[in-house]
Amino acid sequence: MPRIRLEGLVKRYGDFEVLHGIDLEMEENEFTVFVGPSGCGKSTTLRMIAGLETVSDGEIFIDDRPVSHLEPKARDLAMVFQDYALYPHLDVARNMSFALRLQKVPKAEINKKVGDVARMLGLTDYLHRKPAELSGGQRQRVAMGRALTRDSSTFLFDEPLSNLDAKLRGQMRAELALMRQQVQKNMIYVTHDQIEAMTLADRIVVMHGGYIQQHGTPEELYKNPANKFVAGFLGSPPMNFLDASVEDRGGELFVTGAGFSISLTQKRQQNIQKADLRNVTLGIRPSDLRFNPNAPEDASLDLKVVVSEYIGAQSVLICDCAGQKIEVELKSDTPIGLGETLRFEVNADAIHLFDREREVAL
Amino acid sequence: MSAVARANRLTPYLFLAPAAVVLIFALLYPIGYMIYASFLDWSPSQRIGQAEFVGLKNYANLLHDSAFHESFWVTIKFAFVVVTLEMVLGVGLALLLDRNIRGMSVLRTVFILPMMIAPIVVGLMWRYMYHPTVGIFNRTIKSWGFDEGIPWLSDSTWSFVAVVIADVWQWTPFIFILALAAMQSLPRSALEAAEIDGASEWQKITLIKIPLMMPVLVVTLLLRLIDAFKVLEVILVLTNGGPGLSTEIIALRIFRTAQEFQELGEAAAMSNVLLLMLMALTIGMFMYTKIQEARAARMRAAAEQTES
Repeated sequence: MPRIRLEGLVKRYGDFEVLHGIDLEMEENEFTVFVGPSGCGKSTTLRMIAGLETVSDGEIFIDDRPVSHLEPKARDLAMVFQDYALYPHLDVARNMSFALRLQKVPKAEINKKVGDVARMLGLTDYLHRKPAELSGGQRQRVAMGRALTRDSSTFLFDEPLSNLDAKLRGQMRAELALMRQQVQKNMIYVTHDQIEAMTLADRIVVMHGGYIQQHGTPEELYKNPANKFVAGFLGSPPMNFLDASVEDRGGELFVTGAGFSISLTQKRQQNIQKADLRNVTLGIRPSDLRFNPNAPEDASLDLKVVVSEYIGAQSVLICDCAGQKIEVELKSDTPIGLGETLRFEVNADAIHLFDREREVAL
Repeated sequence: MSAVARANRLTPYLFLAPAAVVLIFALLYPIGYMIYASFLDWSPSQRIGQAEFVGLKNYANLLHDSAFHESFWVTIKFAFVVVTLEMVLGVGLALLLDRNIRGMSVLRTVFILPMMIAPIVVGLMWRYMYHPTVGIFNRTIKSWGFDEGIPWLSDSTWSFVAVVIADVWQWTPFIFILALAAMQSLPRSALEAAEIDGASEWQKITLIKIPLMMPVLVVTLLLRLIDAFKVLEVILVLTNGGPGLSTEIIALRIFRTAQEFQELGEAAAMSNVLLLMLMALTIGMFMYTKIQEARAARMRAAAEQTES
């Protein structure tokens, strides 16, 4: 299935530029997730690939064939919309077979295909219902089915799960992951939900303000975020950021701030020295702090517990670190009390440092 | 039951009372009056109490009245022809103008102007335009080199065409604005989905837009049909039903039966026949939408139940 390449893709509405030159290459049969807050340009990018928005500048290549001037139907794509976009006047079977009927595919073949897809999605009993007679989850499935029946080379998903309630969303996410294993196709998926992005993607594209912030596997992005935005966007609860500075104490580098001073690992020291920067933002994920009263001072934070949010096996503590807010994730059976000041050990390999001005990772 | 509880129970009826009074006096009383009058042999010189009660005689007369049959037939023909033409033109215009072009809002306003002119004025306007010698149509035809103009209002076929044209001119905008409103509230994403599924512009219109607009179009059609059955002023001014009975629609027949023939009872009977016909149309329309809605709601409820 094809490789899709975006080259210097720009979108303008009048004088207002919303996408500022997107360069991206998606490999064959890859599940790519565009993720970012609303207004970051992710949906616009998807709609440009689909051909529903015109391209202001740049080019889209599908297998090295420029397609930005082509009609949507000439691009061999199927799309699942946020509001499902089912044809309200057609029953499920006719919704799913719409494209095939337009292509004048023989009736027997259409019936077989619709039957197969309906079986796979558990829609067999609903083939003669109209969309208004289906529940939200079933409609979602029909939208999926309509895309699958087409058998096109690339699937586009525009926030397909965001209209479902939380429980159903989790269920559909798992079904999508399963479908992903059965259907070998290019998939491009837009969402604002970082959990969907992390669980489904082969590669994630994080977007913000009309720029790509980072492109890589979920693990790469989680472990080595390129900048403060990506670091804060992926992961739940989100990464903590503390204002700090790097200090040299007789050849040893420490990252210090109000109420803490943590020694850096050798590897990190080399990177910092090259850059020679003093003002930084320290990033620590809530899961990289461990309750340990006996931890050495240069590898720990002393935090005052303000609020404890009980989630179940895990609890999230919202703590105060000399005036800055910081969240800690730990097992619920850890004996802690509200208002106490406790010592948490910092996993020195897992801390992140960002240039405070430019917000890029160091 | 305590007095307070009883008062509370009566409160809603108290608030409904003014509307009920208005309804009785403005709607039920005149209709009842008309139904009663249709059983009388009643001339305008008599008070209603003096008129002789003749039972169903007026209705029986209508069954054998060939002029009434003619009017009935002309009305049905007229309603069918104008509503068909208006639907095709109105929806067609809406399809053409459903886009964002500069100045479109002005254009839309211009399009709906004919609807806002009083029917009597429309009738007079068209009568001058249809005038055999000085009317703009015949002058134009003659300037093209034809010797004779068209006998717009003096030939029975042409006069029917003439009233149809005038009605279409006045009422196409009504369908145009309703169709346009329906079109602009169509789900945009369904049309985008059709585009991705490979539908051409024409297929999008025939397979998605028109079927989705159907509920609005059905109601529009019935509204226009009801109106077309009652048309009077334009035809009264243009042809006064002539030549012969070629354009004498029912409303005009009723008017003449009461005015010229002084048969108030028979006119009332005709009105009731018209009323029954329109009521059948309206109830049909009402049932159609109700059944559709109920069916969808029932199926959806069943679907939600199986899911949870």
